[in-house]
Amino acid sequence: MLKQLFAIIVLGLSLTSPSRAVLTIEITQGVSGASPIAIVPFEWVGNGAAPEQIHSIVAADLQRSGFFQPLADEDVVARPHRADQVNYTNWRALNVDHLVVGRIQAMPDDTYQVQFQLLDVHKRSQLAGYNIRSGKSDLRRTAHQISDIIYKAITGQPGAFDTRIAYITVTQNQKKQKSYRLAVADSDGHNEQVIYESKHPLMSPSWAPDGKRLVYVSFTRGRPEVYIQNIVTRKFERIVAFNGLNSAPVFSPDGSKLALTLSKDGNPEIYILDMATKKLTRVTRNFAIDTEPAWMPDGRAIVFTSDRGGSPQLYRIGVNAQGATERAKRLTFEGNYNARGSVSPDGRYLAMVHREEGRYRIAVQDLKAGHFRVLTDSRLDESPSFSPNGSMIIYATEDNYRGVLAAVSVDGRSQQRLSLRTGDVREPAWSSFKSR
Amino acid sequence: MGKVLMYVLLAGLILGLSGCEFQPVKKHGEDDEQAAQRDRDTRYGVDEGGPLSITALDDPDSPLSVRVLYFPLDGVAISNEDRDVIAAHARLLSSNPDVTVVLEGHADERGTREYNLALGERRAKAVQQLLVLQGVAQSQIQVISFGEERPVALGHDEEAWRLNRRVEILYSGY
Repeated sequence: MLKQLFAIIVLGLSLTSPSRAVLTIEITQGVSGASPIAIVPFEWVGNGAAPEQIHSIVAADLQRSGFFQPLADEDVVARPHRADQVNYTNWRALNVDHLVVGRIQAMPDDTYQVQFQLLDVHKRSQLAGYNIRSGKSDLRRTAHQISDIIYKAITGQPGAFDTRIAYITVTQNQKKQKSYRLAVADSDGHNEQVIYESKHPLMSPSWAPDGKRLVYVSFTRGRPEVYIQNIVTRKFERIVAFNGLNSAPVFSPDGSKLALTLSKDGNPEIYILDMATKKLTRVTRNFAIDTEPAWMPDGRAIVFTSDRGGSPQLYRIGVNAQGATERAKRLTFEGNYNARGSVSPDGRYLAMVHREEGRYRIAVQDLKAGHFRVLTDSRLDESPSFSPNGSMIIYATEDNYRGVLAAVSVDGRSQQRLSLRTGDVREPAWSSFKSR
Repeated sequence: MGKVLMYVLLAGLILGLSGCEFQPVKKHGEDDEQAAQRDRDTRYGVDEGGPLSITALDDPDSPLSVRVLYFPLDGVAISNEDRDVIAAHARLLSSNPDVTVVLEGHADERGTREYNLALGERRAKAVQQLLVLQGVAQSQIQVISFGEERPVALGHDEEAWRLNRRVEILYSGY
């Protein structure tokens, strides 16, 4: 009897405990040929336990990139904390290419001094070394900055660890009432913060290039309308609310304009809204559905989805302040469904949702060479978004009928999954570098 | 005269104390209409029923009882049976110009969200077009799309998808 009662209490607790949404990351496909790296646990100089396991955050970041294979903590036998304590011969024996050592020191003003060195085991030399002063709540961010420095020093490309992702979560309570939330988290899914919550559907979040504002579509007034919200101050503004659809808003690369879809003139067309003058310029004129605009990085062309040819395909159209500068040119020809384009920051790759035998997958097209490649193997993928360094694509998919986020490297070699403990997560958008 | 004034004041005092509100008083130069407007009076008409038959909307044998129309994958084609249903709604709406409907377009979960939002609108507009061709005023119809955001069937199979590709005809008050 007592046991039963206890069971009931435990069950009650688990039902009533607030479903705190936390994204957890699981690497579903590692990479052979990733570079082995050892990240030694940092020395802690201070009282009590270390405030943050910086080396673990860095190791997880580097592993997620697909380019690195961090050595497991238990295989890290020696524990040097400075370059002059390193015995390179031992590390060569462990077959690691690079080594990271460092320490965290508590300072009298409640801040921390984080010091680290990245060492080339073969050349026996230092590739990078920094001292970073960090507040207690900034230690995770400091770890991501260290990951960025290491990534850049070894690959030559900027890292995208110290950035954010925005996404939408949908949960349902016992009364079957849905709750839609727009959330922002670090690129590793930690530090989630909800910035907007509604009983009404919420969709299409997209970052302003300043990394401080999000544009999104809310049905809070019964129909899709476009809002911009500052993620820090919570200040928001309804930007566009015409009759019909107000959807798919995206900031131009310089942040001065929005491209979006409006159906106020009869059917969905692409428009450009000048943020300063509020002047609206129509870009497409077609009886078909034209939607899902994405800017080319130079801001002089837009890629969009249109079914003017009978099925949804991606087109490219040149634009300036007066509207279209040329006729739309069809870009995709593989299969009968290619939609929701996302252009890599260097303008080279176009990611999209591609249908193949009734399955919706993420594909990428090389806009220069023309190669087309399907990157994923699931059945309901959507909303691809490039990382600001162009190396990864984050997208939404489903796992056991639950909406989860996933990321895949542009070459398809590395894959990972970010899932919520409860509810659906969807429509990820990766911020620019200037996210903070 | 002084006596009359005293009675008026007394009556006013009693009414005032008893918490009664005085009726609006016409200001100098106002007619009845203006006075009523100023005090926001409301006039009501007598409900005579009119030709809108509530029973027709509630009658399960009437084509008007069908208020959800289903669509093929990626498509907006309307079946012959649904054309009959739309014709019945068109007759009801065109003979009752005060009645309005909302056409709510929806899509299944497959494919991209923004394209599905447009597809839901296109489906609702296909129904709207048929209604208008049969004499319904544009002003009687409001089109809203929810794309794939408001599924009725929560499964992830052909049957759920079929039920979610729909246009709902929503009469205000029904």
